[in-house]
Amino acid sequence: MAEPRIIIVGAGPAGTRAAEACVQAGVRPIVLDEGRRDGGQIYRRQPDNFTRPYAKLYGSEAGRAQALHETFDTLKGAVDYRPETLVWNISGGQVWTASQTYADTLPFDALLLCTGATDRLMPVKGWQFAGSYSLGGSQVALKSQAVSIGHKVVFMGSGPLLYLVASQYVEAGANVVAVLDTAPYSARIKALPDLLAVPSVLWNGVALTIKLKRAGVAVHNGIKPLEIKGDADRGVSGVRFRTRAGVEQEIACDAVAMGHHLRPETQLADLARCAFAFDPGTRQWLPERDGDGRSSVAGVYLAGDGAKILGARSAEASGRLAALAALGDLGLPVDKGEMTSLRGDVGTYAKFARGLAKAFPWPSEQASQLPDDTILCRCEGVTAGDLRGVMRETGAKEANRAKAFSRVGMGRCQGRYCGLAAAELIAAEADIPVEQVGRLRGQAPVKPLTIAIGDDQ
Amino acid sequence: MNRFVRLGETDRPAVTVHVDGAPVEALEGDTLMVALLSQGGVLRQSEFGPEKRAGFCLMGACQDCWVWTESGDRLRACSTVAATGQRILTSQPEASWPNHA
Ligand SMILES: Cc1cc2nc3c(=O)[nH]c(=O)nc-3n(C[C@H](O)[C@H](O)[C@H](O)COP(=O)(O)OP(=O)(O)OC[C@H]3O[C@@H](n4cnc5c(N)ncnc54)[C@H](O)[C@@H]3O)c2cc1C
Ligand code: FES
Repeated sequence: MAEPRIIIVGAGPAGTRAAEACVQAGVRPIVLDEGRRDGGQIYRRQPDNFTRPYAKLYGSEAGRAQALHETFDTLKGAVDYRPETLVWNISGGQVWTASQTYADTLPFDALLLCTGATDRLMPVKGWQFAGSYSLGGSQVALKSQAVSIGHKVVFMGSGPLLYLVASQYVEAGANVVAVLDTAPYSARIKALPDLLAVPSVLWNGVALTIKLKRAGVAVHNGIKPLEIKGDADRGVSGVRFRTRAGVEQEIACDAVAMGHHLRPETQLADLARCAFAFDPGTRQWLPERDGDGRSSVAGVYLAGDGAKILGARSAEASGRLAALAALGDLGLPVDKGEMTSLRGDVGTYAKFARGLAKAFPWPSEQASQLPDDTILCRCEGVTAGDLRGVMRETGAKEANRAKAFSRVGMGRCQGRYCGLAAAELIAAEADIPVEQVGRLRGQAPVKPLTIAIGDDQ
Repeated sequence: MNRFVRLGETDRPAVTVHVDGAPVEALEGDTLMVALLSQGGVLRQSEFGPEKRAGFCLMGACQDCWVWTESGDRLRACSTVAATGQRILTSQPEASWPNHA
């Protein structure tokens, strides 16, 4: 039999471990990643000429980061690795790729989608001003460029990354003025039984809060963001929020890092026609998969945070597991015992992730409370009031119809940053459950192509 | 005033990028975004509102950081490495708006 053609999209923890399993089975997979370097998000690598050591860059996860990078480095000769290559479509049984200079279509026998996540955002009045960044973006600035997003930085939103990135900023010498968490402390207590599934990660989280407070950073729980203050030319000048006790406060700053944990990048799974189901725990639509990562489409496998937000450790396990499933399905011998133990690992991380979702809930109710003049779509400046107006005039209650009428979700980010909040707003206005609003469909190209390549199509 | 603050890794050779005709000093390994925002406060003017923009996601997902080369090619400032000799414009060179978004 000819060597099976296995394509892996993403060279983060999931993609790297999937590639490793393929190579161990004697298969040379194609690994596609739009990034300049491997590593993915959490273990993002700095440019070659930067010198910060692992401990400084990755803190408690330094050992894992180094192990993953070393694995990828040793795999390089045995995989067909194509960095700076965007997968922009999956159709006709082929993967469509584009790099700066080159477009290609690649047929496959098995396709492993390890596409990772992006920040989940709840709009706040004023988030269009220069100096507002996504929380993940603020971490990219530090990790891959050794810069802070501002002179006085506020972290606002929720989720484990809020505390992690804030403390990484403090450690690196940035001026962090406050951490404003929408989740009440009580939610964390309720989530404890699930969080105890992975005690070391739980403990890391507790240590971060202690470190921030010791560093003199104001930490508020249970807040409600009211406004990012600023001006059209100079950008952000402060944040206004309501404390848990109901008091309005304002903090001066020139940068805000905002986000509510993460959302999976599922556009490619959608283009590959995988079935999706609504996940009530995270209020997100996720591609369906079995315990090993098989999607509803034969030959398409899903792993890592791109399938569901379960964290980096789970991504390593689920990447390897999905690759073993694919290899087995292609008739290659695989270790069934190892697959069983990997399933167990993924299950443990899933329990922890459930805990995180409970501890740092997505504040869905905030969407319906956004004032009419709040910009919902940053790409094209569509306001909450515009969307409400469209709903009143057209009765549109389904995400793609409301999108067509209002253009929310039609801008350049393709709804990555407004889509979930828009769905919550529509659901609240129409008084229907958010799953009835449906989901924004993935569209090719999943990101705008450069003009030169676009013209060829 | 500069928006981004360097917190280390400053011992790198300098590169010079031209932005709207003026030279901007950056360090080898900087993205265009870091090059521009270590010197200034914004990247570009929003086409849909009064405000200036300075990027948002830094990971190639939001497209808020578009700048252009003088020959009209569009670049994402957050995912393009700055290099000596680059001539960058912060607004689109031709008046037309090709449908590529
Ligand atoms: C900005 C950011 C920072 C994070 N930081 C942390 C952290 O510090 N600690 C933590 O525990 N978790 C962090 N996370 C969570 C993180 O998602 C996971 O912990 C972990 O990185 C998941 O691994 P993965 O392999 O599933 O995905 P990732 O590591 O995200 O890797 C996915 C890879 O797929 C590539 N890709 C995606 N789509 C395409 C496409 N269409 N074409 C080509 N390539 C594509 C990406 O370039 C990326 O390299 C972060 C997430 C984000 C978004
Ligand atoms: S800042 Fe989002 S794509 Fe560059």
